[in-house]
Amino acid sequence: MESNLYKFCLRLADTSFILSYRLGEYVSHAPFLEEDLSITNVGLDLIGQAESLFKYAAEIKGGGITDDDIAYKREESEYLNFHLVEYPNEDFAFITVRQFFMDVYNYYLFTALKNSSDPTIAAVAAKSIKEVTYHLKRSRKWMLRLGDGTEVSHNKTQYAVNELWKYTDELFDMDDVHQSLVEEGVAIDLKEVQEKWIKYVDDTLTEATVTKPEHVKHSLVYGKNGGHTDFMGYVLTDLQYLTNRYPDATW
Amino acid sequence: MENAKNLEEFQAKIDAEIKIEPKDWMPEEYRQHLIRQMSQHAHSEVIGMQPEGNWITRSPSLRARKILMAKVQDEGGHGLYLYCATETLGVSREQLIKWLHEGKAKYASVFNYPSPTWADMGAIGWLVDGAAIVNQVSLQRTSYGPYSRAMVRICKEESFHQRQGYEVMASLMEGTSEQKKMAQEAFERWWWPSLMMFGPHDGDSPRSSNAMKWKIKRETNDDLRQQFIDKTIPQAELIGLKIPDANYKLLENGSYETSDIDWEEFWNVIKGNGPCNTQRIKHHAAAHDNGQWVREAAIAYNEKKEQKLKSA
Repeated sequence: MESNLYKFCLRLADTSFILSYRLGEYVSHAPFLEEDLSITNVGLDLIGQAESLFKYAAEIKGGGITDDDIAYKREESEYLNFHLVEYPNEDFAFITVRQFFMDVYNYYLFTALKNSSDPTIAAVAAKSIKEVTYHLKRSRKWMLRLGDGTEVSHNKTQYAVNELWKYTDELFDMDDVHQSLVEEGVAIDLKEVQEKWIKYVDDTLTEATVTKPEHVKHSLVYGKNGGHTDFMGYVLTDLQYLTNRYPDATW
Repeated sequence: MENAKNLEEFQAKIDAEIKIEPKDWMPEEYRQHLIRQMSQHAHSEVIGMQPEGNWITRSPSLRARKILMAKVQDEGGHGLYLYCATETLGVSREQLIKWLHEGKAKYASVFNYPSPTWADMGAIGWLVDGAAIVNQVSLQRTSYGPYSRAMVRICKEESFHQRQGYEVMASLMEGTSEQKKMAQEAFERWWWPSLMMFGPHDGDSPRSSNAMKWKIKRETNDDLRQQFIDKTIPQAELIGLKIPDANYKLLENGSYETSDIDWEEFWNVIKGNGPCNTQRIKHHAAAHDNGQWVREAAIAYNEKKEQKLKSA
């Protein structure tokens, strides 16, 4: 039986890790060189965040397990990232909207987690918030440019918002794992994050002339509980290729 | 007459090791040579992101993933300085990219080879970046100021890349028999292409003479290639890699003699028939074309903002 804190670490770590995977996949595909560099920057920050949390998860689990073992050697159902970050790089609008939703979330989440009663979580949050502040500034600007740019960019952005909206439900779901950590002062009540998230996203969408979609209940098992979209299997096949093919090797 | 005087002053500056700056007078041929060479250099950095980008998502550890991603990002950054430096010669980045897609501008032919295994990440960093450094160290003293300064900055990062590549190779050579095999095969794949990076023999290099006179180029292709060979063979032997050349030998002067390059392959890849020529340009052109609506949106948005400011 995994501890709640372990699961909590993995939910954060895996979300950053899989999003960084998607950004890494996009390297050399950006609309222009400067953007290639800044997307890679964001991806690198996210790997760094994931790494700190994988290290902590390894410490909690004990028995000589390493951060790499956790990052690379789990079953799909043991990865606890949000569905949102599994979503492929369909086009630059999807990449931007996915990033923007996560950046707003991480901004409010890490701001609150700076005061976590768990010193490691608090330290990771304090370090991450500086990076996330920059990520959000960047993705918000792109939301405005794309939403309020040309008719083409507006339509693509609206479409991406419509398509990705259903995955945002999961970000605020409070289950027993999370609830018990809130009571210990380790985690934060996600309803508080949700209120701020909705306000910020609303304001940005309005300024970007993009309409907020109707809320629909997304019925699959959430990623944070180990259920995944069809995209995830391909991510892991690729990500775990070398560690699966050469299980005895170290790199 | 004016031109002759200008040319004389220009050559005097070059001879006195004074850098030529963007607003200085320069012969048109000097400008054209620089545009060709610098844009080729910029394109090489950017196209070079592809063979390594190929393995980012499959990097086998968190550390390897961070390093590879940062490395590929550095290459993009080098491309950016070099595009900016080339723009000081009066040509836009948009135009340079257009020439690349039309096949009028070249990039380092070495990036037309595929990277089928993780060991290629080691071999590329160690050999391809290693060969590039030898060339770029020499170019730090090139006569055109913006190019020279870009090289100084780039060399600092490239030497880190070369160490990173060598570290990947060294750790594979300490690994399982499969890892050793992977490393040896990648070494064999990249050894000859990296020697080809220095270009044809000096006698067959059509533009060498003015480039040397104007100090765009400071050392000959063959001299630079020899420096690379002499530095690399001992590094390979140290970690147990076998040199893929039956005839190589250490001479009394400490230098190595090697077989001649397969020049037929060299020219064939340059002419566009390498394993990945089409793929590399297609990839770059597709990214550029797919980004068209994004660039247009950014421009349209800025115009709207300016309009609002004016009417406010």
